[in-house]
Amino acid sequence: MAVVGTPVKRTEDPRLITGEAKYLEDIHLPGMVHAAILRSPHAHARITSINTAKAAAQPGVLAVFTGQDFADLPALPCAWQAGGVTNHVNTPRVLEIDKVTFTGAGIAVVIAENRYIAEDAIQLIEVDYEVLPAVVDAEKATQPGAPQLHENAPDNIVMEWECGSADGTAQALQAADVVVRQRLVNQRLIPTSMEPRGTIAQFLPATGEFTVWVTSQAPHVMRLLMTAFVFGIPETKMRVISPQIGGGFGAKIFLYPEYCLIAALSKKIGRPVKWMESRSENYVATTHGRDHITEIEVGAKQDGTITALKVHTYANLGGVLSTIAPGIPTTLYGRMLSGAYKIPHIYCHVSGVYTNTGMVDAYRGAGRPEATYVVERAVDLVAHKLGMDPVAVRRKNFVQPNDFPYDPVGILNGLKYDSGDYDKTLDRALEMVGYDRLRQEQAQARQQGRYLGIGLSSYIEICGVAPSAWIGLKGEGWGAGLWESANVRVHLTGKVVVTTGSQSHGQGHETSVAQVVADELGMPMSDVIVQHSDTLGTPFGYGTYGSRSTAVGTVAVHRSLQRIKDKAKLIGAHMLEAAPEDVVYEDGKVHVKGSPDQAKTIQEIAGAAALAYDLPAGVEPFLDDTSYYDPPNCTYPFGTHICVVEIDPETGQIDIKRYIAVDDVGKVINPMIVDGQVHGGIAQGVGQALWESAVYDDNGQLVSGSLLDYALPRADLLPSFELDRTETPSPVNPMGVKGAGETGTIAATPAVVNAVVDALSPLGVTHIDMPLTPRKIWQIIDAHSNGGD
Amino acid sequence: MKVKMKVNGTMYERDVEPRMLLVHFLRDELGLTGTKIGCDTSQCGACTIHMNGRALKSCTCLAVQADGADITTIEGMAQNGDLHPMQESFWENHGLQCGYCTPGMIMTTTAFLKDHPNPTEAEIRHSLEGNMCRCTGYHNIVKAVKAVAAANAGGD
Repeated sequence: MAVVGTPVKRTEDPRLITGEAKYLEDIHLPGMVHAAILRSPHAHARITSINTAKAAAQPGVLAVFTGQDFADLPALPCAWQAGGVTNHVNTPRVLEIDKVTFTGAGIAVVIAENRYIAEDAIQLIEVDYEVLPAVVDAEKATQPGAPQLHENAPDNIVMEWECGSADGTAQALQAADVVVRQRLVNQRLIPTSMEPRGTIAQFLPATGEFTVWVTSQAPHVMRLLMTAFVFGIPETKMRVISPQIGGGFGAKIFLYPEYCLIAALSKKIGRPVKWMESRSENYVATTHGRDHITEIEVGAKQDGTITALKVHTYANLGGVLSTIAPGIPTTLYGRMLSGAYKIPHIYCHVSGVYTNTGMVDAYRGAGRPEATYVVERAVDLVAHKLGMDPVAVRRKNFVQPNDFPYDPVGILNGLKYDSGDYDKTLDRALEMVGYDRLRQEQAQARQQGRYLGIGLSSYIEICGVAPSAWIGLKGEGWGAGLWESANVRVHLTGKVVVTTGSQSHGQGHETSVAQVVADELGMPMSDVIVQHSDTLGTPFGYGTYGSRSTAVGTVAVHRSLQRIKDKAKLIGAHMLEAAPEDVVYEDGKVHVKGSPDQAKTIQEIAGAAALAYDLPAGVEPFLDDTSYYDPPNCTYPFGTHICVVEIDPETGQIDIKRYIAVDDVGKVINPMIVDGQVHGGIAQGVGQALWESAVYDDNGQLVSGSLLDYALPRADLLPSFELDRTETPSPVNPMGVKGAGETGTIAATPAVVNAVVDALSPLGVTHIDMPLTPRKIWQIIDAHSNGGD
Repeated sequence: MKVKMKVNGTMYERDVEPRMLLVHFLRDELGLTGTKIGCDTSQCGACTIHMNGRALKSCTCLAVQADGADITTIEGMAQNGDLHPMQESFWENHGLQCGYCTPGMIMTTTAFLKDHPNPTEAEIRHSLEGNMCRCTGYHNIVKAVKAVAAANAGGD
């Protein structure tokens, strides 16, 4: 019985619901000591002196170090620079030495017998700063007279990147019947995985080897970057383990200064060292997401046909660059600005900017939510301008099923949308919400003075980010390829061990990969174990992000399974005394074509392959296969989300009455897991639309610096979601899968904003910047009623 | 200072610093690491345990304040190898993804159902106000709690 496509309960859950799972903070090594990091309280300052004597003298303190002690280590690498343009790169050091460019930059570290002592001692370090003027707004940072953060980056520009045709788009805008211009602020967010970051390092002098436990979505990449780019030691001298990881959402992809610092300290101190981030540290020192200031111009014909889209974005990248920061607002943003639509002329210019704020890098969706927000707001602005139903404008411009593979006028730099039926998800979403009836209800509500709004978002996204020849240095600027790997071994007993270079931190790979193995090999899932996250026992992989672990990583597993079956057929045929071309692999057995009774089970064959007493000539023992899969294209999930809101004019409170999501993520392995990914994604997207915002004051202090101040979505603020899906297989890979980790986040934000703007449109409102807090909404309604009376 | 408390049915006695938080006592002194720490402002609820039958954020309590208390942590929820119905329900309903908030969620919701055996969805959502989850959007957590309440109501 096939298990792919069914909602199998997760195999990883028993250890998680009982408290048995070991996350980083739960690991304790003999002799382990604890680190606490002193962080800059200033956003922009020169460090003129540091006195560590008092801290070092505290009982229980082993040592105190400053940046000067690590002056021999280079600054961290920036592994993804914007493709095809000059990048003015400045990255963090293990500890900063003479200058800081954001509040929270590490400048000294205390090692102590326990964390209480270490935290106490960092308070005793005396630092003299020469405080410099700060700038936190990306647009202002580029203006004349703005404080300059780095000598190599005049006007604080990291890079100027563009895609599409500037001239063609300008001409098309001139020729358009209508042009809508809008400034859109996509505010900064804090990813907030419930587990903060941490690391433990142990150095063994006898072998010169490090073992590093780290909260990472990409343990192999951590090892590569730390050994080759920071410490200058062979990769073979470090083992990196991601233990149980408590969520990542992108922020745990990157190489952070603390990981290198703790590894270096374990060698200096000669004892295992642990550092676990507090939530307050997490908010200043872990990467943030989004933070775009964008101006758009969109041109259209009277009939709703969109003819041109011009975009300029200031992308705030923080005080220094995180590991893949410049790649996010370029490849994953600019190249996605055609959305689900055939827009004949597109031009995008992105100015990456340094400001005195925390680092900004990938956060769930990473560039695609920002692009989708631009496109889906633009479509609604056009609809409003023309007095058309937003559904009609979407339909008018959709890429049609027979247009695939679709090239969005070259902005994808050679790639093409793989497959889709955008009307189908829209139709289903409209049917679920009862669109026509709802519009009638809205008309009645408006007569009663009620603010009912309906918002749509018909998104596409790019998943399975990979093709090495496209994403790599010569194309999109990524400093490597982006394939994935898998090893499948069928042991003597017929039990299967899969190791993968992907990293599961909530996505349930241990279950979904086992489902694929069970179906392909025809065995129970309980005979399959999926191992990951340890560089010692798994093949190299680039890690889990960009919704790529199924579309790239699991396809690698699938490839190995086909080769395992091919080898099983050779051995099975030999056992059955049949010619290899006369046997088939079916339901866990190799049998002679037309004679299912003449069969050998995979368990029998695995045993024969392992014992190897009697193998066909030239066949090696054991069923074991390793794949490195580099797909020919990315994949492009799509769908339509509809949000229905009602606003209380007395309080400005927005009530989400219904939230409908119809997604198409290609073939689905485990619908329960996919639904869960969509639910969580929607909550994060709604969070951005309504509540979340990382706020820096003008001095560069993070005002929303704790969970007390940062408005993370809570259960009582959200509704239950109504989900459905269509299944359009991707032609890119043999499994037809696309990717489902980020669709919710990408789709939800504009759906909610479009709904709120729709609710307030009788007041003449065409746009409101996020987050749509009750105060902001109340002020708009209040200004209107006062102005109107 | 000396503290003595019963945790998951076993009596423990330790000498601790007066400032030690209960969550650190459970995790570092007793090695019960199932209870998690997700913030430093008592917002996230990952550290929720039961003290004398009531849900408590163990980061808001000093170990010495728990002297004499009867504590249950996530490790004490399964009995004789049988999962607690709430644990089963979280598993069955995919009420967890990364699992980090899950121990706190299970402790909060089990305590809640004791006082509110037949809650509405709104009441369940309200009860989760002090427990944050970044993975699930709460959808399946609410579903898991509803399922336990329904089963307790007689399985009809």
